[in-house]
Amino acid sequence: MDLHLTSDTPNAAEQLAVDSVLDAPESGFISDAHFISGEAYAPAAGHAARANRHLLLPVLHAIQERIGWISPGALNYACQRLTVPPTEAYGVATFYALFSVQPKPPVVAHVCDDIACMANGAETLCAEMAERFGAPGSAEQDSNLTWHHSPCLGMCERPPAAMVTAAGVTPSTTALAPVGIDEIAQTLADRGHTNKASEASTSVRSVPQAGSEELRLLRRVDRIDPDDLASYCGAGGYRALERALDMGPAQVVREVVASKLLGRGGAAFPAGVKWQAVASAETQPRYMICNADESEPGTFKDRVVMEEDPFAVVEAMTIAGAATGCGKGYIYLRGEYPLALERMTNAIAQARGAGLLGSSVLGHEVPFDIEIRRGAGAYICGEETALFNSIEGFRGEPRNKPPFPTEVGLFGKPTLVNNVETLINVLDIALEGGDAFAAIGTEQSTGTKLFCLSGHVARPGVYEVPFGTTLEELISLAGGVAGNGRLQAVLLGGAAGTFLTPQELALPLTFEATRTVGATLGSGVVMLFDDSVNMQNVLLRIAAFFRDESCGQCVPCRVGTVRQEELLHRLVADKTIGSVANEIHLLNEVGQAMRDASICGLGQTASSAIESAVARMELFNGKSH
Amino acid sequence: MPPEAEQSDFTPTWQFLNPVPRGPVPKAPEESAQPEIELTIDGRETSVPEGTTLLHAARGLGIDTPTLCYLESLTPVNVCRVCVVELEGSRTLVPACSRKVEPGMQVRTDSPRVRLSRRMVLEFLASSVDVSTAPELQAYMDEYEAEPERYGPPGPAASDSVRDNAVPGHHDSPVLDAAETVEQPVKIDNELYIRDYSKCILCYKCVEACGEDAQNTFAIAVAGRGFDARISTEFAVPLPDSACVYCGNCIGVCPTGALMFRSEFDMRAAGTWDEAAQSETDTICSYCGVGCSLSLHIQDNEIVKVMSPLESEVTKGNLCIKGRFGWQFMQQPKKEADEAQEDAQASE
Repeated sequence: MDLHLTSDTPNAAEQLAVDSVLDAPESGFISDAHFISGEAYAPAAGHAARANRHLLLPVLHAIQERIGWISPGALNYACQRLTVPPTEAYGVATFYALFSVQPKPPVVAHVCDDIACMANGAETLCAEMAERFGAPGSAEQDSNLTWHHSPCLGMCERPPAAMVTAAGVTPSTTALAPVGIDEIAQTLADRGHTNKASEASTSVRSVPQAGSEELRLLRRVDRIDPDDLASYCGAGGYRALERALDMGPAQVVREVVASKLLGRGGAAFPAGVKWQAVASAETQPRYMICNADESEPGTFKDRVVMEEDPFAVVEAMTIAGAATGCGKGYIYLRGEYPLALERMTNAIAQARGAGLLGSSVLGHEVPFDIEIRRGAGAYICGEETALFNSIEGFRGEPRNKPPFPTEVGLFGKPTLVNNVETLINVLDIALEGGDAFAAIGTEQSTGTKLFCLSGHVARPGVYEVPFGTTLEELISLAGGVAGNGRLQAVLLGGAAGTFLTPQELALPLTFEATRTVGATLGSGVVMLFDDSVNMQNVLLRIAAFFRDESCGQCVPCRVGTVRQEELLHRLVADKTIGSVANEIHLLNEVGQAMRDASICGLGQTASSAIESAVARMELFNGKSH
Repeated sequence: MPPEAEQSDFTPTWQFLNPVPRGPVPKAPEESAQPEIELTIDGRETSVPEGTTLLHAARGLGIDTPTLCYLESLTPVNVCRVCVVELEGSRTLVPACSRKVEPGMQVRTDSPRVRLSRRMVLEFLASSVDVSTAPELQAYMDEYEAEPERYGPPGPAASDSVRDNAVPGHHDSPVLDAAETVEQPVKIDNELYIRDYSKCILCYKCVEACGEDAQNTFAIAVAGRGFDARISTEFAVPLPDSACVYCGNCIGVCPTGALMFRSEFDMRAAGTWDEAAQSETDTICSYCGVGCSLSLHIQDNEIVKVMSPLESEVTKGNLCIKGRFGWQFMQQPKKEADEAQEDAQASE
C-alpha cells in the first residue's frame, strides 16, 4: 500500500514513544534524518508491517502518554511504521476520549460528574474546579494543566471521584476517590506522582463484607496480598486450574454448561453455550477475551475484583482458554483503572514466571498466555464486537451480528468473550462441579451475584449475595438508605437499566424476576437516590452520557440519543413543542426506534432508564421534582 | 559459444503464431447447485439460494425495501437502518441489506414496528441533515409520512471547523427551542468537486469507495464519535494535501449530493442547474485502452458532469480522474466563451 503522508514530521520524543511499542525500526530509512514526508513509501511496509495494525491503539497510548497529545507528525510516524493510512489512524485517534489530536496541556484532571458522584458532591467539586482552574477544557496559554468533566470513573463507592493523567517521560494515571479540590490541585501540581498509599488504604472500604465466611467470589478480599502469587496460592489459589487440567477440556465445558452460569456483564447470556461453541469450533487460532472494560455508570465490581484478587482473574482466564482450546487470551482493561492495570500486569508476570502461563501451563501440554490491552475512554468498547475492532486497531464500532463472536470474532477467528465476574465464577465451578454451583441461587439464576451499591446508601461498596435476595435485603445489608433517609428511587442495572420506586423493593434479584417487571440486573448497579435529588437532572445526565458515548455508526443511536436529550431538556425547562403528553409520546417513539433498529446494545438500551423513570415516577406530571 | 546453442535460444516470433497442439478444451467447473432456503416473507412462501440477503429475497417477491447506505457494488455496512424488517424470534429488527436468509424465517417487511423505525430513521436524518438534494430520501419520507419538524426548527449552523475539531465524549448543552443539525460551511478546496457535509447522512459509501471496495486510496475515513462523527481526511487537511486522487468515485456513490461536481455546485449556486433540461449520452472514455463507460450529463450542449453506470461490466460505476473530470477540453467554459465574444464585439 502506498501511504500518502502530510509533510509533518515527528520530533525525537514522539519517535521514541512510537518505537517503545514497536521496537526501533529495522531499516535506517525510517529515522530522524530520513523520515520521508510527502509521497512516502515506507520501507517497513508489506504484510509484516500491516499485520501489526493491532498495535495502533498501544502506539497511540504511548504518544498520548509521552507528549500529552497526538500531533500530525507523530501520527505520520505511527502510520509509516504500521502502514496504516493516516486518515484511518486519525479516525481511530478521534474516537477515544482519552486521546487528543489538538495541543493539550500534559497534566489533565478528569472530574467525574456522573450520576453517582452527582448525588455526592460532584457539582460542588466541579464548581470549585472552575473557580480555581477556569472553565473545563480551557487552559492558560503557558499553563501545563487543564481539567474537564468525565463520565463515571467506576469509583462510585467513594464519591466524588477524579482521575489525573500526566504525560511525560514517566507518565502517570492517578485515580482519586474520595477527592476534594485541594487533593486534585496537589496531584496536578506534582504531576500525579502523589504517594499512592492513601489510595490503597481506602480501597478496603470497597468490600464492606470482606472477611465474611459466606463470601464465595470475594472470599479472598483482604485476606491475601493481591501482589503476591504465593499469598494467593496459600488461600487455595490455582487449585481450580489443577482440577480443570485433570478433568480435561470437554469435562470442564460440561461443568460450565451444568452450572447454568449466565453472563454477568449485562446481557445474561449462558456462558456454557459460548464455551461449547468455541470449544467445538474447527478453526485455529481461537481467542479468549476477558472483558474488563467496565464503564456502565455505577459499576465498579470488576475493578474491585481485579484490584483485590487479580490472580483469580488470571486463573479463571487460563481455565477458559484451556477448556476451549484458545492459546491466547486478551484482557481488555478500562483505561481509567490504573490500580487494576498495575495489579493485573503484576499478576500476569508472576503467573508467567511460575509456569502458570506460557507454552505449557502447569507442565501440561496446554499453551496459554495473556496480553493486556487498555481502553482509551470509550464506553462502547465494552460491547464485544466493538472491543474486537478496538483491539484490531480500528474504530470501536460494533459489528452486525450474526455472525456471532464464537464463530467470527477477534481477527475473524472464533472468540470466547466473558466478563471479569462471569469468569471468576468458573473457579468454583471447576472445584465443586456445575451441579453444586447450580444449587446456589434460584432455578434460573444460579450462583451468587456481585452488586455495586452507591448513591444514598449507608455503606456503599461491592456486595455478594445469592440470587433471589430481595432488593430490600440487599439495601439493608448495606446499612439502609442514607442521605436524608427518604428513598426516592433506585437505579437497577446502570444507565442502561431501570429506575424502581420505593414500592418495588420486595423484588427478588434474579434475572427472571426482574424481567417480569420490565427491569434488568444489568451489570449489578444498585444506586439509591433520596428525595432531595432532582431526578430530572439525573435523567439529563444519563441522556448526555448516551449521546457522548454513542459511536455514531447507526442513525437510530447517533441521532436518537441527541433527540432524546433535547426532548428531556424541553420537558425539564417546560418549553415543550405541543403538549407534555405529546412530547412524552415522541420520547417513547424515539426510544422504540433506538431499541428496535440500533446495531448494538448501547442504542438498544439508551432509552431504558429514562423511559422507566418517566413512566414509573411520573416525572413530568407535577407529582415529583 | 557453439553456434547451435545460440540458435536454440532463439525462437522467431512467427513460431508462436503456429497452431499449438490441442488437448481437451478445458471446461469451467459446473456450478455446484446452491442449496435453496425456504422462508416466508409477508405471509408468502419463497425459496432462494443460500447466501441471499433478505433484501434480495424480498425483491424477488416484488417487495420494495428502502435503502440508503446499501449499494450493490459495496460491502453492506448496515448503518442507516432504513431497511430494517421484523424477524420472528428476534428481539430487535434486523437489517435486510445484510441479513442472510435462514430456513424457516418468518419475515415481515411492513409491520407497524418496521414502519415506525423506518419513519423515525428518516425523521432523524431529515431533522439533522439537509436533504434538499436527496430525492430518493425525500420519496421515502413521503412514503413513511416522516415529519422531521416534530423535533423543532433546525438549530444554528456550526461555524467553520467547529465540527472538524469536536472532542469525543463532550458536547454543549442542547439549544432549547431547536433540533441540532450537522449544518456547516461547504468545503471548497479544489477545482473538481466540493464536500458539503451539511448534507452528509454518514452512509459510509464514500469511505468504502475510496478504500477497499474500489479505489484503495484511503483519503477519507470516519473520524470523531457519536453525533460528531464525520467524514474527514487526517487532521481535516484540505483534499489537495490528502491522499485524494480525484477519481470522484465517492461522488458516484453519494446518495445525498454532499459530494458534488464543482460544475454542478456552481450551476446550482447560480440557479442555472436544470435537471429537466439535461440529457445523458453514453460513450466510451477515449483516454486509455480500458474502455470505461461514461454517462455524460449534458445541459445546453455542455457537459455538466460525468458518471459511469453501476451496471457497467468494465467500471462498476468507478472511473479515474481523466474519465471523471478530464472533459473540459471538449468545451470552452461558458464564461470564457462569453468573454471571448465580448472581446470580439469590443474590437469591432
